[in-house]
Amino acid sequence: MNDRALRIVLPFVVLVFSVLIWGLVVWFFAIPPFVLPGPGLVLATLIADAGLLLNSLLVTLLTTFEGFLLAAAGGIGLAILFNQSRLVEYSLYPYAIILQVTPVVAIAPLLLIYLPQPLAVLTCAWIVAFFPVLANTTLGLNSVDHNLLALFQLYKATRWQVLWNLKLPSALPQILTGLRIAGGLSLIGAVVAEIAAGSAGAGSGLAYRIAESGYRLNIPRMFAALLLLSLAGVAIFFILSALSHFALRRWHESAVIRES
Amino acid sequence: MNAKGSTIVSLHDVGKTFDNGTVALKAFDLDVRPREFVSLLGSSGCGKSTALRIIAGLSSASEGSVEWPSGAGQIGFVFQEPTLMPWANIATNVVLPLKLAHAGDTSSRISVLQALKRVGLTDFAESFPRELSGGMKMRAAIARALVTEPNVLLMDEPFAALDEINRFKLNNDLLSVWQELNRTVIFVTHSVFESVYLSQRIVVMTPRPGRVFAEIEIDAPYPRDERFRTSAEYAALCRRVAEALGKAMAAGGGS
Repeated sequence: MNDRALRIVLPFVVLVFSVLIWGLVVWFFAIPPFVLPGPGLVLATLIADAGLLLNSLLVTLLTTFEGFLLAAAGGIGLAILFNQSRLVEYSLYPYAIILQVTPVVAIAPLLLIYLPQPLAVLTCAWIVAFFPVLANTTLGLNSVDHNLLALFQLYKATRWQVLWNLKLPSALPQILTGLRIAGGLSLIGAVVAEIAAGSAGAGSGLAYRIAESGYRLNIPRMFAALLLLSLAGVAIFFILSALSHFALRRWHESAVIRES
Repeated sequence: MNAKGSTIVSLHDVGKTFDNGTVALKAFDLDVRPREFVSLLGSSGCGKSTALRIIAGLSSASEGSVEWPSGAGQIGFVFQEPTLMPWANIATNVVLPLKLAHAGDTSSRISVLQALKRVGLTDFAESFPRELSGGMKMRAAIARALVTEPNVLLMDEPFAALDEINRFKLNNDLLSVWQELNRTVIFVTHSVFESVYLSQRIVVMTPRPGRVFAEIEIDAPYPRDERFRTSAEYAALCRRVAEALGKAMAAGGGS
């Protein structure tokens, strides 16, 4: 079996075995569902509560997506600004770091006081996700081949031409790495903020469903919601990886498939 | 001494001291005639690349003057590495200087095709740099330098990283391009053999600080080919230049 197939089949085998053992353990020890539901019950809950859960998933995904877009725009924009002006970089970079190192769980309650809830959740998603984009884009913009820079200088390129034709394409691999990290992190930010917000109602996200189900000892629904969250995270990762691969496949070492 | 008549660029008493105190060039004089093929020959660290960068305007002289009697005009520069943009195909790489100068699309396309044809890369316009060999990448870099039809082509040890077979081939191709286009070439190298094969005049430099030690005219006629490369005349010239280089090394700070 070739390498590619193994990479798909093996994790799948592990999944089947784990689920099987999980089901057997629950059945053998007769564990009650409010302690640990079996895989069958989780699946049944997922189907039964599909309407509610998918609605919540949509809310969370929307927040994640918005947070991601803002993080991408903010991170790349700020990195470009830093790259163009040393003074701006010196002035603002320390605060970008402070924003990053302060745990978002601790910021969320404060934000909820000052901002309407959806906006506070979005802000959390943004705060968590934007720093990797900023840091990676900055690294990329600063790692441009100095001979290529000299070449642009020789042909009297403007700042704008250097940025658009040289620095941004050259930084693309790092930018995409930043975005890939930001995708997962904006989901985490959204989830953390939703749990901190803890508000009920029709417009509540998946993370709130988990907290709520916990209070009600509806453990199967907790598992079902958690499963959806994981799947959402995996989907985000794969979409961004595919995007990255697609953008780099022709030229970057990381994406080129070599024949040996 | 031999710079009577017109010069295209002339360096007078040029010195370059880097911020860390290294004196790369001191009292460096050079007059280059139009359509001349001149080589700067010296060991690494003798300031020959620095001199080239000062001529190109990529670096400024700490003292002395660089003069272009009839204006600098367009300059082509070939670096030690191919220095291609890895994300762009060869045609896009070659068109870059024209694109930066906002040249028209149609005329650019014609110029790119011409430049690629001149270096024998017509079939590789759509290839990406990583798909090409070292020699072909260098050809692409030369095509990019030629695409603006520069008056002066500056080359900074362009073939140093290539194997001998490719280096000889590129030497021959460079000579035929030079003869065809009638442009000035200033070529930096540390190879005695390469400089003798290519140049009309060799400027031998001393290391630390870089100064002109000797100028040697190579008056063998062009076109030069493999017969010249294996001739007794070539061997004798190489010996003369190598001796001058040896003396230059001894005269300089040594290494």
